[in-house]
Amino acid sequence: MSVSVRIPTILRTYTKDQAEVSVEGGTLQEVIDALEADYPGIRARILDDAGKLRRFVNVYVNDDDVRFADGLATATPDGAGVSIIPAVAGGC
Amino acid sequence: MALSAATPASPTTSTTTAPDATSPASFGNAVALSCRECGERFPLGPIFACTSCFGPLEVAYDYPAGAITRESIAAGPNSIWRYAALLPVPAGVAERPNLNPGFTRLVHARNLARELGMRALHVKDDSGNPTHSFKDRVVAIALEAARTFGMNTLSCSSTGNLAGAVGAAAARAGLRSCVFIPSDLEAGKQVMAAVYGGDLVGIDGTYDDVNRFCSELIGDPIGQDWGFVNVNLRPYYGEGSKTLAYEICEQLGWRIPEQIVIPIASGSQLTKIDKGLAELVKLGLVEDRPYRIFGAQATGCSPVSAAFKAGHDVVRPVRPDTIAKSLAIGNPADGPYVLDICRRTGGAVEDVSDAEVVDSIKLLARTEGIFAETAGGVTVGVLRKLLASGALDPEAETVVLNTGDGLKTLDAVAGTGPSAVIKPTLDAFRAAGLA
Ligand SMILES: Cc1ncc(COP(=O)(O)O)c(C=O)c1O
Ligand SMILES: [Zn+2]
Repeated sequence: MSVSVRIPTILRTYTKDQAEVSVEGGTLQEVIDALEADYPGIRARILDDAGKLRRFVNVYVNDDDVRFADGLATATPDGAGVSIIPAVAGGC
Repeated sequence: MALSAATPASPTTSTTTAPDATSPASFGNAVALSCRECGERFPLGPIFACTSCFGPLEVAYDYPAGAITRESIAAGPNSIWRYAALLPVPAGVAERPNLNPGFTRLVHARNLARELGMRALHVKDDSGNPTHSFKDRVVAIALEAARTFGMNTLSCSSTGNLAGAVGAAAARAGLRSCVFIPSDLEAGKQVMAAVYGGDLVGIDGTYDDVNRFCSELIGDPIGQDWGFVNVNLRPYYGEGSKTLAYEICEQLGWRIPEQIVIPIASGSQLTKIDKGLAELVKLGLVEDRPYRIFGAQATGCSPVSAAFKAGHDVVRPVRPDTIAKSLAIGNPADGPYVLDICRRTGGAVEDVSDAEVVDSIKLLARTEGIFAETAGGVTVGVLRKLLASGALDPEAETVVLNTGDGLKTLDAVAGTGPSAVIKPTLDAFRAAGLA
């Protein structure tokens, strides 16, 4: 399952400035673990100490907010796009 | 994406906005950005999220002791710039081309108070701002940051009011603007966002989709040198809402009201009003006394109200469905802080139906001659509901915010029209039963 992950600016120090990277994984959890294997340190930025998504990070799988789906267990089909976005934008 | 012909900044304009971020004077008494979650500090820059924990960044200050007094403020202009010392803006900011928002009226709402059985009620009427919503306050501060950072385009994701405020502010400052809205917004808001000559892009989706798109745009080369007032300039933008707290207290004779009712979309305004009140206390400009903050949402988009009532400290996003489109953020960035503030101060978060929104728009208009947009209907509706439930004290001095003008959301009160249509004769007038 190859998944492309869009990296927000504040995490690009981990990905050597790449805005998009490809990793393998059938669920969001597996995708994040695969990211950690390739870019050590990145997981702790996205997940808190309890291993849950931090409260100010939004993650989308193919445009769907994973909080509307199954959170970290959300399936990431082959070719899926994952976006990681700081939640603090907005104010309308 | 194809953009129609832009209004590019002229070369002479852009040289006057040369980056000057290294000069501390550009930000007045502001010294850093600090993370609301973990406290980590960052130099003042076009950033908005903490690199350690994704938490929101906010402006931190180092005020000169004793220099900010009631007198120094009263000597300033009748706009938000009288509080410039409390904002991240350079000295002389009032003289730069800007919309000079703020210092809107605080209406002593005796008729509405009587009808609701309250002792002392005031409406802070921000429909009197240059583009008829409180958004001119936040945009004015974000614009200064954009100038300091040498940005060439002012932008935002918007439910309408912010788009208008950005379009107008950019026009006045000689910057290009390009703003993004859900494509189904009220006609009045679309016109107001487009008339200033910038680009207005309708997106097929909800506000949250628009916001997400903008968050991705700033990470792309396309968005380079763009100032999104509510994304990469959000820490500065948010500070503009503090001026509501300052004005309310100053207009009450330097007193914090006991209860304030505030509409919530992202929750930024509510959190910054609380910050502003705390600053006034810290500076000794008002007496430290308890106040209670209440948040208002429309039931069709009430994720913060739902979390408040369920006792949660996280906000579960929703898909909005309400006529109060300006408040239709299903995934409010400051939701957790709104919950903290309303709980800490002994306030509450409540929501009202669309029918109550319309009813409350009419109530405020009928009693005080103030025509609010749907957001104001939400806020007055929640005031009424919280009084009925006993959560709000009718004896306590209360301020309710009207953040936008009813002319922008005429559809909400469609059907409100002539009492009668008659021939121009006295007989016809008598026959209509109105004499
Ligand atoms: C008229 C009006 N009032 C209140 C708000 C709420 O703003 P915030 O995102 O700061 O909660 C908005 C947001 O667009 C608005 O347009
Ligand atoms: Zn942090």
